[in-house]
Amino acid sequence: MDTQSDTASALADLKEAVGLSLPDDVIDAEVAGEILSVSVQRPSILKVLKFLRDDSNSQFTQLVDICGVDYPEREERFEVVYHLLSMTQNLRVRLKVSAGEETPVPSAAEVFACADWFEREVWDMYGVFFSNHPDLRRILTDYGFDGHPQRKDFPLTGYVEVRYDESQKRVIYEPVKLTQDFRTFDFMSPWEGAEHAHQQILPGDEKATQDG
Amino acid sequence: MAELAEAEIENYTVNFGPQHPAAHGVLRLVLEMGGETIDRVDPHIGLLHRGTEKLIEHKTYLQAVPYFDRLDYVSPMNQEQAYALAVERLLGIEVPKRGQYIRMLFCELTRILNHIMNIGSYAMDVGAMTPFLWTFEEREKLMTFYDDVSGARMHAAYVRPGGVGRDMPAGLAERIAEWAAHFPKIIDDVEGLLSNNRIFKQRTVDIGIVPKEEALDWGFTGPNLRASGLAWDLRKSQPYDGYDEIDFDIPIGKHGDCYDRYIVRIEEMRQSLRIINQCLEKMPGGPVKVQDRKINPPPRGDMKGSMEALIHHFKLYTEGYHVPRGETYAAVEAPKGEFGVYLISDGSNKPYRCRIRAPGFVHMQGMDFMLRGHMLADVPAVLGSIDIVFGEVDR
Repeated sequence: MDTQSDTASALADLKEAVGLSLPDDVIDAEVAGEILSVSVQRPSILKVLKFLRDDSNSQFTQLVDICGVDYPEREERFEVVYHLLSMTQNLRVRLKVSAGEETPVPSAAEVFACADWFEREVWDMYGVFFSNHPDLRRILTDYGFDGHPQRKDFPLTGYVEVRYDESQKRVIYEPVKLTQDFRTFDFMSPWEGAEHAHQQILPGDEKATQDG
Repeated sequence: MAELAEAEIENYTVNFGPQHPAAHGVLRLVLEMGGETIDRVDPHIGLLHRGTEKLIEHKTYLQAVPYFDRLDYVSPMNQEQAYALAVERLLGIEVPKRGQYIRMLFCELTRILNHIMNIGSYAMDVGAMTPFLWTFEEREKLMTFYDDVSGARMHAAYVRPGGVGRDMPAGLAERIAEWAAHFPKIIDDVEGLLSNNRIFKQRTVDIGIVPKEEALDWGFTGPNLRASGLAWDLRKSQPYDGYDEIDFDIPIGKHGDCYDRYIVRIEEMRQSLRIINQCLEKMPGGPVKVQDRKINPPPRGDMKGSMEALIHHFKLYTEGYHVPRGETYAAVEAPKGEFGVYLISDGSNKPYRCRIRAPGFVHMQGMDFMLRGHMLADVPAVLGSIDIVFGEVDR
């Protein structure tokens, strides 16, 4: 379709423009379908956001979303992902910044007002710290909550549960008690599962060769 | 005495919620008041947080669908659609035409479902009882259509990756057409009660004004952005399913106040009716979901006779399908604004990460700048006008 190829060529142009204007700040850029995905050096994120917002050829005036992703096996385990939208160009851009548990990411709240709550949520859910954030409090979890629930190593059931205690006449916190063990079923079929998940060899298959 | 004088200068803090009939759910607002006017608003959200994004990481792609009904529970199907589009994009499949048209039809019904709920309860927030009763009668009829296609009145789980759950039952198209013919009368009636009503206008005109620049800076989308005068609608600018084959207009407001947001929603319902009528008219025949048996299970009849069909069914409802490694962002024009799903797949049968971009979360954040300098009584007026549902704000 015409509109699709238009989008693709516009994204390719944008990729070039970003690469030329900000050579030291951009690690990698690729057009992925209907979006341009750019990996950015962590200290340069505000510079890139400002460039995309103010440059007359891009005009990414709207910050659609900021979210965190956890990759525990990486050295810097978190990725902070920004989605931007340009209404004049009708294009979308995704920016990615990596961050560790101790490394702060510069807050985008001074560039886009709506970054405030998005960053609070990333802090709440993943524990990524944002420097120069106006008000970095937890946002979705309970008052006095401990931990960052969307990390991959945080259990789905959590650690505490609440109930109203009749004798103390207040809501109390207790460690989670499951009446039945938490069950995760692995439905991967052994034939496909080995290929997809862990490449493990099933018992008895050790001697089998590729061509059987 | 000196202490007392100091205490008098301090701002007064009012706690609005967590249980308040005008809060549209569980919301706690901490309002710092300078006399009767508001100096600062600090919304405390998260009281309905259920960890949807985390739960989805532990479910297969198909099992994740019902969670989307429970986000914004007055417009379930639009959200299912966003998720379905994201999964389809990763799988590289295209929904058959009839499936696309049924999706559009039901997403527009959902838009009306959402807007009549909002307008009715909004009118009640600012003091009018009757529109609420009239709109809820219509809501009940719309939910019957939901019931007819999915078996559930609200949490339909009907729009699924690859198409829709099943085809529409015989006679439903006629019933929807009949309803669509009578509904404009209801819109006119509600408008007759509200649009020129002096009390309603006193409560809404020039209240909570959002200029264009601020609407962009604060990430507003949907009717709230259009009320500020920006003609931006994802159905037009980045069409999904079959919206590029449908003719409709984008209503916009002028002032960005509460009244404009109300009037934009009224007009959007009329446009939705146009889309519904066109969908019914152009509704093509054929299958409603992809015929790839590795993604959609075979019909039940086949399973009685075909071993292959039985295996496919068993595998799809235990292991589910595997989605190729990759990531995508799919956004739809939900009734409340841009609802986006950022999906990361690691090649297994469960999403690695499913980020839900809810419009209500962003609009809720705007409460602070919208309410500054307003009176305490304007809180429900502004809150109702930005159309908040906590299922999606808190996720």
